[in-house]
Formats: sequence, structure tokens, C-alpha cells
Amino acid sequence: MTYQANKYGYYGQYGGAFIPEMLHNNIETLQNKYLSIIESEAFKKEFKSLLKHYVGRPTPLYLAKRLSERYNTTIFLKREDLCHTGAHKVNNTIGQILLAKALGKTRIIAETGAGQHGVATATVCALMGIDCVVYMGAVDIERQAPNVKRMKMLGAEVRPANSGSKTLKDATNEAMRDWIANPNDTHYIIGSVVGPHPFPDMVARFQSVISEEMKWQLKEQTGKEDPDYVIACVGGGSNAAGAFYHYLDNDIVQLIAVEASGLGVDSGESAATTILGKPGVLHGSKTLFMQTEDGQVIEPYSISAGLDYPGIGPVHANLFETGRAKFLHATDEEALTAVLELSRLEGIIPALETAHALAVLKNMDFKQEEVVVVNISGRGDKDLETYIKHGLDKK
Amino acid sequence: MNRIQQLFEKRNKNILNVFCTAGYPKLNDLVPIVESLEKSGADIVEIGIPYSDPSADGPTIQYSNGVALKNGMNLKLLLEQLKDIRMTVSIPLIFMGDINPILQFGMEAFLQACQTIGIDGVIIPNLPLREYEEMYKPLFERYEQSNIFLITPQTSEERIRKIDRLTNSFIYVVSTYAITGGQLAVDAQADYFNRIKAMNLNNPTLIGFGIGDHNSFHAACQYLNGAIIGSAFIKALDGSNDVKVTTEKFVKSIIN
Ligand SMILES: Cc1ncc(COP(=O)(O)O)c(C=O)c1O
Repeated sequence: MTYQANKYGYYGQYGGAFIPEMLHNNIETLQNKYLSIIESEAFKKEFKSLLKHYVGRPTPLYLAKRLSERYNTTIFLKREDLCHTGAHKVNNTIGQILLAKALGKTRIIAETGAGQHGVATATVCALMGIDCVVYMGAVDIERQAPNVKRMKMLGAEVRPANSGSKTLKDATNEAMRDWIANPNDTHYIIGSVVGPHPFPDMVARFQSVISEEMKWQLKEQTGKEDPDYVIACVGGGSNAAGAFYHYLDNDIVQLIAVEASGLGVDSGESAATTILGKPGVLHGSKTLFMQTEDGQVIEPYSISAGLDYPGIGPVHANLFETGRAKFLHATDEEALTAVLELSRLEGIIPALETAHALAVLKNMDFKQEEVVVVNISGRGDKDLETYIKHGLDKK
Repeated sequence: MNRIQQLFEKRNKNILNVFCTAGYPKLNDLVPIVESLEKSGADIVEIGIPYSDPSADGPTIQYSNGVALKNGMNLKLLLEQLKDIRMTVSIPLIFMGDINPILQFGMEAFLQACQTIGIDGVIIPNLPLREYEEMYKPLFERYEQSNIFLITPQTSEERIRKIDRLTNSFIYVVSTYAITGGQLAVDAQADYFNRIKAMNLNNPTLIGFGIGDHNSFHAACQYLNGAIIGSAFIKALDGSNDVKVTTEKFVKSIIN
């Protein structure tokens, strides 16, 4: 069984490219060219070089001793928070900006939730001297203010999305509409493993560097390259896709994806897609997402802007359906507790998104000798205001 | 021959297709609006199935979708409202909507309901050609629904020919690179429209996106068989306290 996309971008029943004709040319061009571009020697050389010298890869794989003691097991942290700009998102934007250049595009658009993908996009656009417009939900502009300032400092224009719930899904809608209106000069750098084929596969490939490094780093430190568990949070699912990528066909490795359940799965204020969602078509692909009986998109909720998305990428919908990955969830409250725990035990303040992955450690039944890798997708600087608001500095 | 083909057989010039969002401005306005559209001289009515996240629509149609959903419109109710529409309306009626509400309703059940009501065709902008051919074409044929495709200035000749083979009503010619609701300088697209005209397609062609008043409508009709008006009509209906009067006034202002 393969968990990778087929040539039409389907993962089992999920995926595809459900796009209006206005996007057909751009998507078809990408479908026809992305593999030959990103697998060319010239591309690989430049991509690897930028990841090393600009992003700061490889990111450390750190044996978290005190956290391991707390949970009676062996926990490694994959430190994507140490990437330039503070999250894994930049792995993808470096790849896509090089692709956009190869396609001759002169303008970049992106959507962002937590602002991490927006910052990572603004960063690579500054690096390459390319115009950049980032769409961000008006609500998210409020709750992730420092990242808005960063994007502006980097020279990007931040356009508020005022439709719908004014969060990530609406920013995605606005970016798609921009692309429809500007198909010739513009490339849309999607920030997760979502959207029409080939975006999910392309983004997963760019993020796969995470598990590629994990393998040799684990081998170096433990003698074997396969852990017993890999745990990652899932918004659209790009950090999880990257952390799982090289383990997908290795059933020994248990893959744990953690969704945000907001105020609780049954509270009506949640983003736990695999529990609350149904198959349908959202943002250009067939996948699982939260919707009414009539097929209208339900506005999700999570304290974490990066997980506040009604769907998951098609690769994850398939991992869920096949049972290859186990999907767990964590509430706002549990995530905040996990933030403080990692801060105090390891001296690492994680992003709110990442904290959801950490929050399930307490529910797992690990054995002492098992090896667990948690993907630390990002750092908490952008969330400081939220942490202070919840009194984490006073505990 | 279906109703759309019959229309173009009778007249293949100055065809006016007007778009409205079902359930907007008020929940039960659809039937009176459709009746008034026919009475005042519209040739085709395109009925929008409201969706929370329309992908190719600008603020005006997004807004009408939001209002309609808030009013309580959904696909089931929409089909129910149109149950007897063929007793009073005889011009072609088509549905336009995102694929997701249709998939949740069930593609076959939807197409069957369309046939029962007397709907003539369906525009599902985000149903790809490949998926249509592989999965849904036999269903469209079984229930005698024409799948109406969009083309854009970027659509290749080969693809336009293929679309022309796959449909049997008209082709929706998206005027320019834009989402709905903008204003089009029609003559700036002359080369594109003339290129389409010169292709001598089997199906007639209607220009949509950015057509909103008398001048742009008639300018578009100089090139192809007619045009589609959406956002301008939605705007006209906003705040209307008599949708029949508003509709008649609007259509007259376009035609005359
Ligand atoms: C630090 C961090 N982790 C995770 C995510 C969620 O995205 P994904 O599921 O694509 O990794 C985000 C999104 O903004 C993020 O900023």
C-alpha cells in the first residue's frame, strides 16, 4: 500500500484538483512541471544550500531528558522551532520560491493563519526580491500581531480577509481569488499540504526534510533510525506530513497526528476535523472537513490560529481512513498546560500549535525503552501575548 | 433538442442571461424574481445555489450567498421552492453552484431532481473536466442535464474544442482575469472574443464577468451570442422592497 499521491493527486479517495477553469492553466503547468523542476540537480543543489546556510538546517534532534523522565520514556524533540523565522513553514517557502522563479513568476501571494507561513513567505520574497501579498483573516491579524509587523518589515503587503469567520479558511479563499485575477505573473505559495494537486504532494516533499534528518539523527544517537512514535500537530498538516514522510511505509513506526479540539470536541467550538468532519471538496481537493449537512463549511475554533482550519490535507484524510496514523486531539487548556510544561522542563517555549502535539504525551502509554519523537513545529514568540493573557508568566 | 438549444435556434443574438442567488434578498424571493425575469425579457435565468465559501466570486455575490444562508436557504429547500416553476416559467433555467453542497446532497439525486423540476443545465465551476468525464457524464446524460463549462482567455484551443464536444447548450466565456463583480472594458477583450467567434463552435457562447449595464451588455453582444449579468442584479436587489418591480426595472434598463 502506498500513502503517496497517484499521478492525479489522489491519496485513496482523497485529493484531486477541484478548481475552476480560471486556475486550470496554472495548476496544469504546475502538475506537469513540478516534479521535473524539483528533482533537477540545479534545483536540489540550491534548495539544499539555502536550507543549510539560510534556514539553519539540519535542525537539532534533542533528547529531552527531563520531559522523558516525566513520561517514563525516551523523548526526542525535532527542533523545527530553530529554523530561521521560527517554524517549519520556511522549508516549504524556500522550495516554492525557487519553483516560482523556475516558472518565471514575478509576484507571490500566500495565505496565513498564525502568521508563520506569511512570515516565511515574506522572508523568501525579500531574499529573492519578489513582490509579496499575504492574505490573513482579520481575526488572526488581531491575535498574531507581532507576525503582522514582521511581514510588513520584510516588505510584504498584508491584506485582511474580512469574509466568513475572518480566519485561515477565509484567507485561503481570498488568496485563491487573487490568483484567479492574476494568473499570469503570480504564483500562490500555499502554506500547508492542502489545495489542489500538486500542492499537497509538493509541500509534503519540501517538508520531508524533517523526517529525512530525523532518520540519520536517530541512528547517530540511538543506533537505529526508526522511532516507535512520531507525534505532530495538524492544522492543514504540513509539519506532520514532513515528520511522517519517510516513515509512511514503515508500519513499525506509529504515527500520531494531533488536532485542536478547542473548547472540547462536543462544545461547538472545535477544530477536530477527523471527528467532526465529513468527506467533501474544500479549497480544491477532496478531503475531510467540518461542514453542515447541506455542505456549508463550518467555521472552526481553536486558540491556535495555525490549527484553526476546518479541514486537513488529503494525505491525512487518507492516513486517518486507512488507520495508518492515529488521530488524537488536545483542547486549548491542555495546550496551554503543555506550553508551560515544556518551558519549565526543557527551557523551550513552543508555539501554541506545537503545544497540541506535546499535550497528548500524558495520554499515551509509553514504555521506558520506547523512542518517541515530537515535532516541535515552531517557537512561541508569536504567542507571547496569548501566554501572558492566560497568566503563564505568573504561574 | 433541449430548451437552451431551442432558444438559440430561435434567436442567437443579444441573449440575456441573468444570475440571481436563491434565497436572496429574502428567503422566498426566488420564484417571483424568476417569473419577473422572464416577463421583463430575460432569456435564461442562472440560479445560484448559495455556498459559504464561493471560490470565484467577489464581495457582492459572496454577500448574497451569506444573506441567503442566513435566511435559511439550502439545496433541499431550493428544489422544493422550484417544484412548480414550470407551471409559470418557460425560459431555460440553469443552476450554478460549488460542487460540495451538491456532493452532500448526492450528485445523482441532484441531477434527478433537476430533471423533475425542469432545469436545463448546471454550472459547477469546480467540477474538473476529467472527473466529469470519468464519473458524472452518464448521470448528466441520464437526467438530461447539460453541463455548462467555463472558458477563459487562457483556455487553449484544444481544450475549448473538447468542451464544445462535451456540452450541448452554451459555453460560458469568462471575459477576463477576474472574479465576479468587477467592471469590464469590453472592447479591450476584442481579440479574445473574436478568436472565440472565429472558432465556429457548435455551441453558442455567452460572455460573463464584468457585464452589468446597458452599454457593457450591448458591447458584449457585438462579439458573441449574448451575455450574463450577475453582481449588478444582486446589487439592484439589495434593499428592494418589491423584487418584482426591481427586477423588471433592472432588465428594462439593460435591454432598452
Ligand atoms: C508553529 C506551527 N505549527 C503548526 C502549524 C500548523 O500547520 P501544519 O499543520 O501545516 O503544519 C502552524 C501553522 O501556522 C504553525 O505556525
